[in-house]
Amino acid sequence: MTIKMNAQLRWRKFVSNFMLTMTGVCALISVSVLFFILGYLVYHGGASINWDFFTKLPAPVGESGGGMANAILGSAKLLLLATLIGVPIGFFGAVYLAEFSGSTVAFVVRYAADLLNGVPSIVIGIFAYAVAVHPFGHFSTYAGGFALGIMMIPITLRSTEEFLLGVPRSLREGAMALGASKWRTIATVIVPAAYRGILTAILLAFARVAGETAPLLFTALGNRYWSNGFNEPTASLPVMVYNYAISPFDDWHRQAWAAGLVLLGLILVINIIARAVLARGIAIPRS
Amino acid sequence: MHASVRQAVSVNITPPITTATGRETSAPPAMRMTVSKVNFWYGAKQTLFNISLGIATSKVTALIGPSGCGKSTLLRTLDRMHETVRHARLEGEILLDGQNILAQDVTLLRRRVGMVFQRPNPFPKSIFENVAYGLRINGSKLPLAEAVEKSLRHAALWDEVKDHLHKSAYELSGGQQQRLCIARALAVEPEVLLLDEPCSALDPISTAKIEELLVQLKDLCTIVTVTHNMQQAARISDFTAFLLNGQLIEFNPTPSLFTTPSDPRTEAYITGRFG
Repeated sequence: MTIKMNAQLRWRKFVSNFMLTMTGVCALISVSVLFFILGYLVYHGGASINWDFFTKLPAPVGESGGGMANAILGSAKLLLLATLIGVPIGFFGAVYLAEFSGSTVAFVVRYAADLLNGVPSIVIGIFAYAVAVHPFGHFSTYAGGFALGIMMIPITLRSTEEFLLGVPRSLREGAMALGASKWRTIATVIVPAAYRGILTAILLAFARVAGETAPLLFTALGNRYWSNGFNEPTASLPVMVYNYAISPFDDWHRQAWAAGLVLLGLILVINIIARAVLARGIAIPRS
Repeated sequence: MHASVRQAVSVNITPPITTATGRETSAPPAMRMTVSKVNFWYGAKQTLFNISLGIATSKVTALIGPSGCGKSTLLRTLDRMHETVRHARLEGEILLDGQNILAQDVTLLRRRVGMVFQRPNPFPKSIFENVAYGLRINGSKLPLAEAVEKSLRHAALWDEVKDHLHKSAYELSGGQQQRLCIARALAVEPEVLLLDEPCSALDPISTAKIEELLVQLKDLCTIVTVTHNMQQAARISDFTAFLLNGQLIEFNPTPSLFTTPSDPRTEAYITGRFG
């Protein structure tokens, strides 16, 4: 009997230690992947990051040097458009779902948003091509921003809704008991109480579409020169990475790595700024 | 037992004005609110049966009874907070200064009838902004800083917070947060203040402070408080209503309800035989 107990105990201890080690290793892998990618980008592309990279147009084929100024500006314009389309629609849609709609409507919209979230980005690209490129007869920044904006809607909508629903009922009641109307309560208490989560969600959506290539291939297309306004095809960092990486030139390969590094750096900086902004507000303590 | 509870209970709308010693007071108190023949349902379940009572102006009225007796529900009908719950249905009449509250604009009503909840629920804003909230949403023309100070003084919180009005409300202790919520409710100068077990989440010292505060606030507004603490009801209220299974069993001046209850069920409850 005692011998059996000992064996059992040893086995349990073994399982416990094994699981502890395994989960620890998995956690370590998840973190190290990020640093591995970062290190790889720096190693291969770091040398190509210089003043020219941020200020010059791509060099003509065959010449080395040049930069990606047009792609950096192009990405910024595309993301601006995407944010202007995706964030308001996703945000106000979420407010409707969380605060006004009945449970059936909310279920249907939520389900549709999840499906839209799962639509492959290349399909979104084709759709944007059919709606925003084909009728006008040319590729444009508008079309690219439209495609990315569509992708931002479901991500923003679903996470914003979650955070709005997470605001304690007692806060709603507190505001309503003071004579605040429903919209007043939402605008002055519920959204401010949930804004950290909402902002984080919007940033995630932003970071997600910042690196999208497929929807841009046949909407914003690409451009080796400056793109005027929003009605012309434009270069963008992800598409540049794609084009340069499949090219036969070593210098272009290095620049592709550098573009990847800049893209990652951009997202990192936005994240850090957002965290700094978030740290200043008043958070609801976890009970 | 059930049959006796279901029986019609004859209760005066106006609480009889006799004190425990039997001395008659000079004039009957004016009624700030009158509840008459209120029945209430959550879906198919009826939780209040034919309740009628009056809320005397500038007095403290306590609602007592065991858990689930309907005291919180009754309180929430007084500023129509029950309407925030789906499938809630009310029949009957509730008057505030002689006017039916059920026919009024609900946001205007809630500016006249304030509410403090069981758990402190300050907004994720600064201490100042919490108190100023009601004034801001009402577009009050009063100078904010003065109004906020006045409310915080009324809530006996001013001296503790005056040097850090712009800190987060969550940095206050539980008792301070509850007094902040009282200040927030007082800022819009309500005629009636409803309190739903305001001390149940607080320690004894904070509880004592709030009890003391409520007695002082009588001059400012009419107070209705729900409590499951009978000693508290006895200490702070002028009138006490005892509810059981959705029925109003007894409604009398507090001293007489606690010393000479007129209903055997009230006696059983206050002597701790159930509930």
